Amino acid sequence: MESIGVLLVGRVMPYLEQELDKRFKLFRVWDYPNPAQLPSQHVAAIRAVVGSSSAGADAALIEALPKLEIVSSFSVGVDKIDQEKCREKGIRVTNTPDVLTDEVADLTIGLILALLRRICECDRYVRSGQWKHGNYKLTTKFSGKTVGIIGLGRIGQAIAKRAEGFQCPISYYSRTEKQDSKYKYYPSVVELASNCDILVVACALTEETHHIINREVINALGPKGYLINIGRGKHVDEPELVSALVEGRLGGAGLDVFENEPAVPEELFGLENVVLLPHVGSATVETRTAMADLVLGNLEAHFLGKPLLTPLV
Amino acid sequence: MAEEAYNSSSEMKGLPKVLVLGPPLSFSSLQPLYSHKFHFLKPHLSDLSLQHFLQIHHPPSIAAILCSPNYSVTAEVLRLLPSLRLLVTTSIGTDHIDLRECRRRGIQVTSAGAIFSEDVADMAVALLIDGMRKISAADRWLRTQNRHNTPWHLFPLGSKLSGKQVGIVGLGRIGMEVAKRLEPFGCIISYNSKHKKTTVSYPFYPTVVELATNCGVLVLCCELNEQTKHIINREVMLALGKGGFIVNIGRGGLIDEKELVKCLMEGEIGGAGLDVFENEPRVPQELFEMNNVVLSPHAAAITEESFMNMCEVAGGNLEAFFSNKPLISPVTLPE
Repeated sequence: MESIGVLLVGRVMPYLEQELDKRFKLFRVWDYPNPAQLPSQHVAAIRAVVGSSSAGADAALIEALPKLEIVSSFSVGVDKIDQEKCREKGIRVTNTPDVLTDEVADLTIGLILALLRRICECDRYVRSGQWKHGNYKLTTKFSGKTVGIIGLGRIGQAIAKRAEGFQCPISYYSRTEKQDSKYKYYPSVVELASNCDILVVACALTEETHHIINREVINALGPKGYLINIGRGKHVDEPELVSALVEGRLGGAGLDVFENEPAVPEELFGLENVVLLPHVGSATVETRTAMADLVLGNLEAHFLGKPLLTPLV
Repeated sequence: MAEEAYNSSSEMKGLPKVLVLGPPLSFSSLQPLYSHKFHFLKPHLSDLSLQHFLQIHHPPSIAAILCSPNYSVTAEVLRLLPSLRLLVTTSIGTDHIDLRECRRRGIQVTSAGAIFSEDVADMAVALLIDGMRKISAADRWLRTQNRHNTPWHLFPLGSKLSGKQVGIVGLGRIGMEVAKRLEPFGCIISYNSKHKKTTVSYPFYPTVVELATNCGVLVLCCELNEQTKHIINREVMLALGKGGFIVNIGRGGLIDEKELVKCLMEGEIGGAGLDVFENEPRVPQELFEMNNVVLSPHAAAITEESFMNMCEVAGGNLEAFFSNKPLISPVTLPE
């Protein structure tokens, strides 16, 4: 398969990059001065694109690669892939579901605890020597707080299961009510936000869920409410979020994703009621390796004419 | 003159006297709630030594002490109060109290009981996830290095928590709350305790070394006493191994701190999440340079919710005692 061209459009772990390089003819988008104009010999060879949460395949790229057969994303979210276009052209699309569900759910709980109990601030307090001059202030208890989840898919359910261990009542919003769910359903995000302490964004990014967290939702969550985003940055109207935090209209936010990664709004760096992470939801050696194996497995299956492991299209 | 001061203050109030030692953090919230029920004696507001302060306040009339967890209630202190019958500490831990002397003297002791268990268990899980997933390290990195636009894929990967073997040292109230929280993460729980618990199905290991050998994470939830001092020593840490993680929400003295620092520096263990230290608020400087430790200023029980409960339990125990009702959270004293 060494003659099969694979275009890597986003940064991935070294193991995956090395394996792709070993097994295929690997092209890296950042090696080109103008990624929009790839040399024609390379274009002719490229039959696969490997994307990530930060880069995928939009209509323009798909059009520019006439030999493209498959887009395999090193992520579960595929909001950066034009699935409709792929469907139209018979291009397969795969992602990495299930292998990262636990990882993202673990991080979500960690993010909630870090925010409510000010773990990062306390760590800074000790490292800067301030503890010698007095105790850190009172923080907010997590156990027993109501957790509202937007999107009760694999990740949403895994978060709920963990939060239940802390005696947290769980409520949720999703496109349709889940008949077999024991959790309380709210038909709108605003109602969910009005009735929970901690609001977690755990749904896929689509046209409908773009800026699902807007000013109205943020105000409903309120000065004692907390927002946790482990979905995509574009789920949140970021300037609205920033002004709410700066003005004290929202209690705090734990953010693993941002609208324009790697850019983070400057104002957030000065706040002690936010926890900021560089998109590490699935970032462990174990899980990224499993995700990488899924990408490689899907590509191999495709080029050997076998059924894909985790196809979306 | 001292007699007059005693007579006017005590008889005017006619309230039972409570000697406040420390004072506890929660005293400023507790005092207004209970000043109509108790006469609080406050040596911390005086320049006098405790002995001299007490001379003004007629020690034989003092039946109760309210103390903080960092005030050492030794036999000498207890000797100053011949009529002492109750000692109320605002902490769960009682290692600052000479419990044997209390037993010998027939002094009852109450602690914070179960009110902090949830907050402390929450902190244990918080430190564990933070350490494994590098949350504080990432937040710190983003607020400093990222401002120079370091690409995010260069931030080091963390370690998976789900499915890890977690060993709990001390399966009391707090240990059980920690276990309960980690089970839905797919963690496999085992424990070491003074005695095997017949009501619990988690695997029991008779020594901490055996527990450490079979686990990737240790969570210290036991009390500090003669048997548990430095229970985490080099042997245990080597048994835990290079990827191993230790969480301490008990007392700093449970770990041989010098050895811990050495093991971390040598890479003999993977990392640590510490809320307590041997000589608080002093923390070994070497830890400040490390990205595989997360440090907390003994804050496991310090939430708004716990604070309110702390006042209620301490005040409630004093009320119960002085009205001859059963104490809310009595501590069993050692032989």
